[in-house]
Amino acid sequence: MGKILMKGNEAIGEAAIRAGCLNYFAYPITPQSEVAEYLAKRMPEVGGVFLQGESEVAVGYMLFGAAGAGERVFTTSSSPGISLMSEAISYIAAAQLPVVFVNIIRGGPGLGGILPSQGDYFQATKGGGHGDYHLLVLAPASVQETAEMVMMAFPLAEKYRNPVMILGDGLIGQMMEPVEFPEQLRTAPSDKSGWATSGMATRGSRQRNLVKSLFLDPEALNNQNLLLKSKYDQMRREEVRYEAYNLDGDYRVLIVSYGTMSRVCRTAVDNLKAEGLEVGLLRPQTLFPFPLEAIRAAAGGPACQAVISIEMSMGQMVEDVERAVCGIRPVHWYGKCGGDVPTPEEVMDVVRGLLDGDR
Amino acid sequence: MGKIFTKPRSLTDQPTHYCPGCTHGIIHRLVAETIDELGIEERTVGIAPVGCAVLAYNYFTCDFQEAAHGRAPAMATGIKRVRPDLVVFTYQGDGDLASIGMGEIVHAANRGEKFTVIFVNNAVYGMTGGQMAPTTMPGQRTTTSPLGRNVEEVGMPIKMAELLAALQTPAYITRQTVIDPKSIRRAKQAIRRAFEYQLAGRCFSLVELVSTCPTNWGMTPVEALAWARDTLLPYYQIGDFKVPE
Repeated sequence: MGKILMKGNEAIGEAAIRAGCLNYFAYPITPQSEVAEYLAKRMPEVGGVFLQGESEVAVGYMLFGAAGAGERVFTTSSSPGISLMSEAISYIAAAQLPVVFVNIIRGGPGLGGILPSQGDYFQATKGGGHGDYHLLVLAPASVQETAEMVMMAFPLAEKYRNPVMILGDGLIGQMMEPVEFPEQLRTAPSDKSGWATSGMATRGSRQRNLVKSLFLDPEALNNQNLLLKSKYDQMRREEVRYEAYNLDGDYRVLIVSYGTMSRVCRTAVDNLKAEGLEVGLLRPQTLFPFPLEAIRAAAGGPACQAVISIEMSMGQMVEDVERAVCGIRPVHWYGKCGGDVPTPEEVMDVVRGLLDGDR
Repeated sequence: MGKIFTKPRSLTDQPTHYCPGCTHGIIHRLVAETIDELGIEERTVGIAPVGCAVLAYNYFTCDFQEAAHGRAPAMATGIKRVRPDLVVFTYQGDGDLASIGMGEIVHAANRGEKFTVIFVNNAVYGMTGGQMAPTTMPGQRTTTSPLGRNVEEVGMPIKMAELLAALQTPAYITRQTVIDPKSIRRAKQAIRRAFEYQLAGRCFSLVELVSTCPTNWGMTPVEALAWARDTLLPYYQIGDFKVPE
């Protein structure tokens, strides 16, 4: 199949089906309601399940129940909706269930706005719900990459028995780009007979399965948390993904940026290069696990004088960038989060400003 | 001489954590007898609530999921929608179902989700130590209504069976009790009917069971049964509020 022109939100719905996920529960919220509208038509065509829940709170537990019964399942929402699902996300992580969440971020806090933002970085990477857990967080920068990450998310969620979040923004959801759905990313679901409440008859077993998150014994709960931590440590070893751009030469500034914002930064890097100023760009594709070592190595480039995190938020990822750079270079932040995406010219001005003292 | 009475096969051998005189044990048994009689143990999934019955999965032999507070109907929806061939039931208390889970139960009932709800109403929060519930009676003293439930401040107790029966979609809504042998037999019939309706593909079925909590009511088990009869049952009337045509 060749490329077709699709809106990001519709590509998300189609990608899930192509990945072999035929169960979708959701609640409408701008700017991602097109996913639900697309799947309301598409799921019946492929014999799948589409259900509009009464709230994001309930949807979170519909996902829990369906994943607990051993079926592939996913949802899409936007920031306030993800806040409401965060209770369930904690329970889903605790019960070790593979569920895929897509957050098409809008401006916050509170009702905020309906335009693109990256203000949910903390919520996605540091928690959101209660307790010690992490999501595996993928951050696409195009409709094509969004489709591929949605398709990759299901086997990743099953590999770790852990929720995976695709962290996009309103621009990713709303824009149209050519997209194709790579057949090799269609995967068979993993064997869940060891833990899913699929019915004893279904698995031909006399051993019942239990999906739970309560561990009243202190040692048992500590062991449970150690087990979860071992999965997060494995993600840190095996799942870090990032894209390096113009990091071969003698770049004087390192930009760290992800998603929609990174596309603007890439243009700025090209334009500055034309002016004779070399700037490197490192784009995290996984936000958890975060590419700490790659950023630290890039910050140590021989000509690198400064590092800057450019994000559509008031400075969230910059804390992880500081953690990566460990003080070997000054770390700066630039961002906006009202819904206007900073322009390449703004980024170029900010980067030039970092070097002003040298001129 | 052959065995004439035995523990249901669908119950484990584990001693329960329930207080002396608590009626959860009776209700567990009635559900397990039903599962045995219908031969559905191997395709049944139960959902335990937050509350005294959170550990119900320790006493049943079938697959189980453990819910967050009030969310069991949403979980049951998720299971039943993706696996309609499974038999799914939730087991919920009154704080779980009628307070924090009000939204989930009403919408699951109204969508006509094809699972069964066992709703244990003992007019108090049990697990957390006897706080006021939406079902607490006017004037009833609890740890958070030490002077008695003041209906001027918090309204009258919610009659869930009547509330849900006002919806058009649900198939079977009934209220029973387990305070004496006769009512226990009727409760058993109701539970069995609720599961049979599910097996027949009928939509949503709910059995509310007026129950006792001697510990948090500050009564002996016998006093608690009498209080339930004299105080709860005149308000929470027994009967079928909705039956399939």
